[in-house]
Amino acid sequence: MIVELGHFAAILALLMAAGLAGTGFLAATNPAWRGLTQALALGQLALVALSFAVLVAAFVGNDFSVAYVAQNSNSALPWHYRVSATWGAHEGSFLLWTLIAAGWTAAVSVAGRQLPSEVHGRALGVLGALNAAFLLFLLSASNPFERLLPAPPTDGADLNPLLQDFGLIVHPPLLYIGYVGLAVAFAFAAAALLAGRLDAAWARWTRPWTNVAWAFLTCGIALGSWWAYYELGWGGWWFWDPVENASFMPWLAATALIHSLAVTEKRGAFKAWTAFLALTAFSLALLGAFIVRSGVLTSVHAFATDPERGVFLLIILALAVGGAFALYAARAPSIGSRATYDGISRELLLLANNAILTLALAVVLLGTLYPLAYEAATGGDKISVGPPYFNRVFVPLMLLLAAGLAIAPISRWKRTPLKLFQKAGWMLLAAAAIGVAAPLAFAGALKAGAAAAAALGTWVAVVLAADCWRHRGALTRSYLGMAMAHLGFAVSLVGIGATSQFSSALDARLAVGEAVELNGVAYRFASLTQVDGPNYTAERGTFTTDAGVTLHAEKRHYAASGQVMTEAGIAAGFFRDLYVTLGERLPDGSWAVRLNDKPLVRWVWLGALLMAGGGILAVMDPRYRRVRVRARSSRADVAPVPQAAQSGG
Amino acid sequence: MAQTAAAPAHAAAHRMIGRLLPLAGFAALVALLYLGFTLRDPTLLPSALIAQPFPRFDLPILGGGGRRATEADLQGAPRLVNVWATWCPTCLAEHAELTRIGAETGLSIIGINYKDDAAKAIAWLVRHGDPYQFNVVDADGDLGVELGVYGAPETFLVDAAGIIRHKRVGEVNRAVWENEIAPAWRNLAATP
Repeated sequence: MIVELGHFAAILALLMAAGLAGTGFLAATNPAWRGLTQALALGQLALVALSFAVLVAAFVGNDFSVAYVAQNSNSALPWHYRVSATWGAHEGSFLLWTLIAAGWTAAVSVAGRQLPSEVHGRALGVLGALNAAFLLFLLSASNPFERLLPAPPTDGADLNPLLQDFGLIVHPPLLYIGYVGLAVAFAFAAAALLAGRLDAAWARWTRPWTNVAWAFLTCGIALGSWWAYYELGWGGWWFWDPVENASFMPWLAATALIHSLAVTEKRGAFKAWTAFLALTAFSLALLGAFIVRSGVLTSVHAFATDPERGVFLLIILALAVGGAFALYAARAPSIGSRATYDGISRELLLLANNAILTLALAVVLLGTLYPLAYEAATGGDKISVGPPYFNRVFVPLMLLLAAGLAIAPISRWKRTPLKLFQKAGWMLLAAAAIGVAAPLAFAGALKAGAAAAAALGTWVAVVLAADCWRHRGALTRSYLGMAMAHLGFAVSLVGIGATSQFSSALDARLAVGEAVELNGVAYRFASLTQVDGPNYTAERGTFTTDAGVTLHAEKRHYAASGQVMTEAGIAAGFFRDLYVTLGERLPDGSWAVRLNDKPLVRWVWLGALLMAGGGILAVMDPRYRRVRVRARSSRADVAPVPQAAQSGG
Repeated sequence: MAQTAAAPAHAAAHRMIGRLLPLAGFAALVALLYLGFTLRDPTLLPSALIAQPFPRFDLPILGGGGRRATEADLQGAPRLVNVWATWCPTCLAEHAELTRIGAETGLSIIGINYKDDAAKAIAWLVRHGDPYQFNVVDADGDLGVELGVYGAPETFLVDAAGIIRHKRVGEVNRAVWENEIAPAWRNLAATP
C-alpha cells in the first residue's frame, strides 16, 4: 500500500510542476501569483521527496513485490547498500534526478525572492516545465513503483557488485546535483532572454548558482574517476568512455560559463555568448542523460536500454533545447555589448579561455558522436573512437589553457601594462627549470608531456602565490576562491602528467612467500586467507613491501548473482600509490598478480576537490548576498560596474 | 588594436545567421540521434569488412605464458571469432550458445578478450566454461579498432583463407545461429 502512496505522490508532484510552469509565467507579469508559485515549488519538492522516501523504504524493507527492488536488491545486501541501490539502476536514479530538480527549483523559489518577478517568475516557469517533463517521463516510461503481483519473488536478484561500494552511494547524487543545477543557469538565461534584460545584474544572479552546480559536478566527476580507479581493478582513472564524456561536456561548458559570466558581470561584455553558454551547459547535461539512458551509444556503464525511453528523452531534449535555442535566435540579436578593451586585457584572456574550452568541448563532442554519425552516413559501418584521439587533441588544449591561466590573475580589465607580466615571465623560467628537474630527480627520466604539465602547473601556482602575497590583507573570498580553483587545476594537471607518463605495471606469477620487484619496491605475497563478507566470500591476498607497507587485495564471490569481483589492494600516498590486484589461481597453486605503481595519481582528484572548494568559496563572497533589485532601466545595456582590483575573475 | 564587441548595424543580418547557428546545429544533432536511435539495426551486415582479410595482429594469448598469436593462426579452417569481455553482460548471455556451438558443430571458436583485465577474464572462463580454442588479449582495444568493434559482443565468421565472411553485432543466440551464421558457414563449405 505504501508503495502506491509513493506512486500517487509522484503523480501529484507532476500536477504541481505543471501548475508551476503556468503560475511562474503569470507571476512574471502579475506579482499576485508569486505566493502560489512558491507554494507549488515547495509542494512539489515535498511530494517528490515523499515519493523518493517511499522507494528507499521499499529497498530497506526488502519489498520484493516491487519489480525495481526485486531486480536491484537482495535481502543479504547490507542496509546502506540497500539505500544506495535505490539509485543503482535507471528508474530509481531518474527519481533521484527528479528529486534534485525539485530541490533546485524550491531553492530558486525561496532564495530568489528578491529578484524582479519578471525574471524570477519566468525562471520558475521554465524549471516547472522541465520538472513536469521529467516526472512525466518517470511515470510513463520509467516507473520504479511497478509491482510484481500476484507472485512476488522470495528474494531479489541483487545489486551489481560493482556498485556495492561507497563510490556509488555518493557519486550519482553529486553528479546529478551538478547536472540539474545547471538547469538554474539555463532557466535564468531563458527568463532573461524572454524578459529582454540580459544585463550585468542577470550575470550576478546567475554566478553563485552556476558555481555551486559546477562545484558539485566537479566533485561528482572526480569521484566517478576515483571509483573507476579502485573498483575496476586495472588502475586506470579515465577512459574517454561515452558516459564519462557525457558528464565531462557539461563540465567544460559550465567552466567556460563561469569565466564568461565574470566578464558579463564586470564589464557588460559577451552577453549573448554568456547566455548561449548557459543554455548550452544544461543542454549538454540533458544530452548526457539521453546518451546514458537511451542506449544510443554503447558504453560500459550505460543503463539497460529501452527504445521507448530513448524516444521520450529525445522529445524532452528537442523541446527544451530546441525551444531555448529558438528563443536565443529570436532575442539575442537585439543584445549589444559595448565594452571595449585593448591589448592583453583580462577580457582578452577570458575570451581565450572560452575559445579553448569551447574547442575542447567540440573535440569531446565530436569524438563521442562521430561513431554515431559515421554509422548513419555509411548505413551501418561501425567504428570506435579511442583514447589516442582524445589524448592527442585534448592534452595540448589543456596545456594552452594552463599557460593562459597562469597570467590571467595578474591581468587587468580593459588593458594590462606589459610590465606587469615581466615578473611572471621570470617565474616561467624558474617553473620550467622545476618542470624539467622534478621528473629527473624523482623518476630519473624526462618526458615531454609530464615536464610541460609540471612546468605550467608550477608557473600557475607561483604566480598565484606571488599575487596573493602582493594583495595580502585585501583578499576577498571570491579572489581566494578563484586562486584555490586555479591552484586545483594546476595540481590536477601535474598529477595527470606524472601519472600518465610515469606509471608502471607488472603482471607476475607469485606463490605465497615469493616476492617480486617493481620500480625499486619489493612486493612479498605474505599470505592468503579466506574472508567472509556480509553477502560474499573472498580470498584475501596480503602483500607486504620492503618499506613495511601492507596491501590487501581480494577476490570476492558474490553469492546471489554468482559474480566474481576483484578488490584492488591500494596503499594510497601523496606521492605515489601502490596498487595490487589478485588475478586467478594458476594450476600450480601460484597466483596471477598485477602490480601498479602510480605516481601522483592522488593529485588528479585532490586538484578536482580544490577546484570545487574554490567554486564554493567564491560563492560565499558577501557581495552575492547584496542582491540589488534595480529598476528596469536601460534594458540590456548596463554600464559596467566599477570594479575593485580584486575581482575574482 | 581596439576591439569592440558591438558590430555595426549593417552586420545585423550576419549576426542573425550566427544566432541561428546553434539552433541549426542542434536540429542536426537531434536528427542524428534520432537516426542513430531508430535506424540502428544491430543485425545489419556492415559491408566494409565483409570479404576483407582479417586485420593483422600480434597479441598475447590469454593465459598463454607469453605465447602470442597472429592473424595467420586463424587460417587453415573456418573459425568463429568472438569479441568478448567480462564487463559485458550480453557476453555472458551468449556464452551458453557459444559453448553449444563449440561442442556440437565442430566450428572452432577463437576469442578476442577486449579491453579487459586478463586475470578477470581467466576467472570468468574458469567459472562459466571455456568454448574457445584460444583467446588473444586485446587489452587496449587496438585490434577492436581495426575490426570496427563498437561494443562487445561481436562475432565474425572467418573462412579458411582468413577472409571475413560474416559479422554479427550483439548477442549470438540460437536463432541467430540457425538463421545467420550457420547458413553462412554452410556456404563456405559449398564454395571453397
